[in-house]
Amino acid sequence: MSDSDDGWSGEVFGLIKEAGISLVNTVPDAGLTRLLNMCSKDPDVRVVTLSTEEEGVGIGYGAWLGGTRSLLCLQSSGTGNIINGLALPAFAESPCLMLVTMRGQEGEGNPAQFPMGRAVTSVFEAMGVTCLEATDNKEVTSYFRQAVDMAFGEGKVVAVLIAQQVIGSKTFGK
Amino acid sequence: MEMLNRRKVLAQILENRGDALVVPGLGTANYDLFAVSSRDENAYMWNAMGLTVPTGLGLAIAQPDRRVLVVTGDGEMMMGIGSLSVVAAQAPKNLSILVVDNEMFEETGAQTGLSATCVDIAQIALGSGIQKTMTVNNGNEVTRLAEFLLEEEGPVLAVAKVGPSTDKPVYPTMDGPGIVRTFRAAVLGATNA
Repeated sequence: MSDSDDGWSGEVFGLIKEAGISLVNTVPDAGLTRLLNMCSKDPDVRVVTLSTEEEGVGIGYGAWLGGTRSLLCLQSSGTGNIINGLALPAFAESPCLMLVTMRGQEGEGNPAQFPMGRAVTSVFEAMGVTCLEATDNKEVTSYFRQAVDMAFGEGKVVAVLIAQQVIGSKTFGK
Repeated sequence: MEMLNRRKVLAQILENRGDALVVPGLGTANYDLFAVSSRDENAYMWNAMGLTVPTGLGLAIAQPDRRVLVVTGDGEMMMGIGSLSVVAAQAPKNLSILVVDNEMFEETGAQTGLSATCVDIAQIALGSGIQKTMTVNNGNEVTRLAEFLLEEEGPVLAVAKVGPSTDKPVYPTMDGPGIVRTFRAAVLGATNA
């Protein structure tokens, strides 16, 4: 995939820099490729590849304890892996900022993605996570800005969900 | 051979902790830390089983000039065992991990743990890419264990095989935001916390 901008990655990267986020924890997703490439190329941003998304919640909490701001980037299926972990920042009223690329929505070519894709918002909201679902490029940027303020200003657990229609669908040849 | 007493081992390790930051896993590690070395630089954990090593890793990345010591049980470590590979990949020179291995889930009724039979956590650490490990079974090795955890260039992981708890649990504060405020004020200074 080329690094040419997709309409939101460059904007979000700019907001990451503006917010002083220097740590990006991730289990990658195709839709995150451009953003993660930009982060990897920046000498002041450390990208940490995880074995499971839940680790990113712990790393982010530990980083906050030490004075560093972080972002967790994950695919929607990974949201299911982190539910109990979210109790950590929720209990401590500490920031947890997430950027989630959605699967299992309109246009999805793999029906196996539907169960988790449909559940993301209700499961997250049950854990007290504020979900901001962006359905176009402009919303990604404005919601991300809002999420940064909620996380680091108020100590909230907050996720920007990027709808599948924004990133394009994996069609599996259909 | 007499089995190691977990609280005494931790007390001996932390006797000369200097400015080390300590992250204890939920359960007995949390209580033992509070009992033997109650400091503002302790990031007490009450939940999120499996996330103690990740928390220590995030802290080690944020505070590269401070030693960060994770102290956790074998059950907690097993739940987050994949995080050892993330630690190895990030290779923080200031991160040490102590697994207090009693081979059981003592907190929930002493059910047998996975390390009682087939699992060797130090070997898993080696296979994950953490090149320095140590396993301790008796009291003569605890001085060396303390040096290993507090002075050796990280990342390092040690397993201390211990007996069941003999001491009553003592509980640190359950004020989650308070734990964070206290810790950040101690580490970052009051104005930045």
